[in-house]
Amino acid sequence: MATPNSPLWEVFIRSRNGLAHKHVGSLHAADVTLALQAARDIYTRRGEGLSIWVVPSSAITASDPSEKGMMFEPAESKIYRHPTFYDVPDEVGHM
Amino acid sequence: MTAASITVSETPLVLYVLRRADDALILGHRLSEWCGHAPAMEEDMALANMGLDLIGQARELYSYAAKVEAKGNDEDKFAYLRDVRQYRNLLLVEQPNGDFARTMTRQFFYAVFADLYWRAMMMSRDTTLAAIAAKAEKEFAYHVRHSSEWMIRLGDGTDESHRRAQTAVDDLWAFTGEMFAVDDAERGLIDAGIAVDPASLRPRWLKTISTVLGEATLTMPQNDWMQKGGRTGHHTEHLGHLLSELQSLQRTFPGAGW
Repeated sequence: MATPNSPLWEVFIRSRNGLAHKHVGSLHAADVTLALQAARDIYTRRGEGLSIWVVPSSAITASDPSEKGMMFEPAESKIYRHPTFYDVPDEVGHM
Repeated sequence: MTAASITVSETPLVLYVLRRADDALILGHRLSEWCGHAPAMEEDMALANMGLDLIGQARELYSYAAKVEAKGNDEDKFAYLRDVRQYRNLLLVEQPNGDFARTMTRQFFYAVFADLYWRAMMMSRDTTLAAIAAKAEKEFAYHVRHSSEWMIRLGDGTDESHRRAQTAVDDLWAFTGEMFAVDDAERGLIDAGIAVDPASLRPRWLKTISTVLGEATLTMPQNDWMQKGGRTGHHTEHLGHLLSELQSLQRTFPGAGW
């Protein structure tokens, strides 16, 4: 339960150099320092990470599930946006 | 049927290693008592993690003590089959968890010391102890950070958290002197470059403690009277109760495993 004293934080972990930080979960903590410590204690116990980001959950603006038709369905019919739509001549080799 | 206690040949090095192993086991066990009871799930995990760091250190040290002693004892026998008077840990680490402020204060006092101690022990002439120190120092560096941040928030938090943190600081202060005491057995190891003189770490310990307590708006106790006895097996009444729980299974079903 989010109380005024322990807001919710989203945790992102980068597992290796060269990879992007990936969302792994959330936690409650009183402030950003304790959130970072809690993220270390909860999400990197098995050597999962080299870097941690914590972000206040309240800072995230999410898309509205009821708008998913408008938001995402128009993309489904645009198969020409996928690289596999195009035939690449053999002479081109690996792209 | 109950398992009888073992006897230990306490040469200076065996005694020295057992003292550090007992510190780690007893404090680790105290932290494990919070499992499922901490104020929040996040802190439950943090306390368990720190407890596991300590129990891991205890295992390495007990195994080394067993190797040095070479009398057929092992890490389990040291942990489960010694009586309270054979335990050599600091009185500080056996003190009950109390409230969260007391647990954090105990952790803070000990971790600041242990971080300095094991960092210095990385230069030990004993290569096994130097290797154990290198691993332990990183773990304690985090315990220092974790407990320091909590001291600041508890002390500089609400009236209630401040009161509880100050009470814990005042109550546990008399157990901090023992960390810096040296007896004849240890003096020889210090002179041989195997052990570190803890007294040399006291100014830096005091500086860190005073800085953090200052930031936490807590008052540093001024009394110099210090309680000692743990290193020679003279414990507070709390350790016997702790051991009766820690040892109950192996004492009742000797050699039980799963």
